[in-house]
Amino acid sequence: MAVIDFANPTRFLRIVDRVMPWLIAATVALFAIGLYRAINAPDDYQQGATVKIMFLHVPAAWLGMFGWALMSVAALGTLVWRHPLADVSGKAAAPIGAAFTFICLVTGSLWGRPTWGTYWVWDARLTSMLVLLLLYLGVLALYWTAEEPGRGARAAAILSLVGAVNLPIIKFSVDWWNTLHQPASVFRIGGSTIDPSLLTPLLIMAVAFTLLFVTLHLAAMRNEILRRRVRSMRLLRAREAHA
Amino acid sequence: MNLGSHADFIVAAYAVTLFVVAALIAWVLLDYSTQRRILEDLEERGVTRRSGRKG
Repeated sequence: MAVIDFANPTRFLRIVDRVMPWLIAATVALFAIGLYRAINAPDDYQQGATVKIMFLHVPAAWLGMFGWALMSVAALGTLVWRHPLADVSGKAAAPIGAAFTFICLVTGSLWGRPTWGTYWVWDARLTSMLVLLLLYLGVLALYWTAEEPGRGARAAAILSLVGAVNLPIIKFSVDWWNTLHQPASVFRIGGSTIDPSLLTPLLIMAVAFTLLFVTLHLAAMRNEILRRRVRSMRLLRAREAHA
Repeated sequence: MNLGSHADFIVAAYAVTLFVVAALIAWVLLDYSTQRRILEDLEERGVTRRSGRKG
């Protein structure tokens, strides 16, 4: 099967129906393992038990950024190649990415109070992450308020591409500016600075959250395809009623 | 498991995450059943998509 065959929504729905039970099973299994390892992970020598918040905060941050990267690729598909599923993918990813960014900000705030002594500080990492959430809300507003879906999709695609500038700012903010937020400690030149007893559950949780994102995204794409079918059938009925 | 003196912050972080993830799952499931129901209703009324028509 060629990659372009996935562009057929009917075929895409069939594939989603087939892979969904496996994705759900893998997600649940990985969360069971990840949460067990997270609960039994040792305390950090400086942060104590609050390090358990890391198992939520870090994957949520990655997926908040991943969601926007996905929307940017989908935006190219919408604007350049007019791929039939590109806009469906972008629209489906927006609320999920926004939710993970929200989780990142809230858990980060709850982690910051006991470790930094404050819930919030306007440093470059936190501020750029808040900007990402606001950008997500902007895209959602464009999708939800556009009278003509095609126009809303193009506007959302343009904002997705413009907003992609924020991704390297988030990533390198801790290197470019003096921030309260710690620098990269998982994926960095020279290897991770996190002890394996904490790194292993973190990576398992990251894969579990990623599978959850993929599962939700595919399910939301399926819903969006069905919504568009409903819309086209209603338009057809209205047109026939007036004919 | 001893969460120490900052147990409230840890429990709150897990509770918020659980709530948001549960809300996402509920949204996807409810949306799916809503769209399926509308589609079935339209098909029962004889409305079919152009691609589903014969001839």
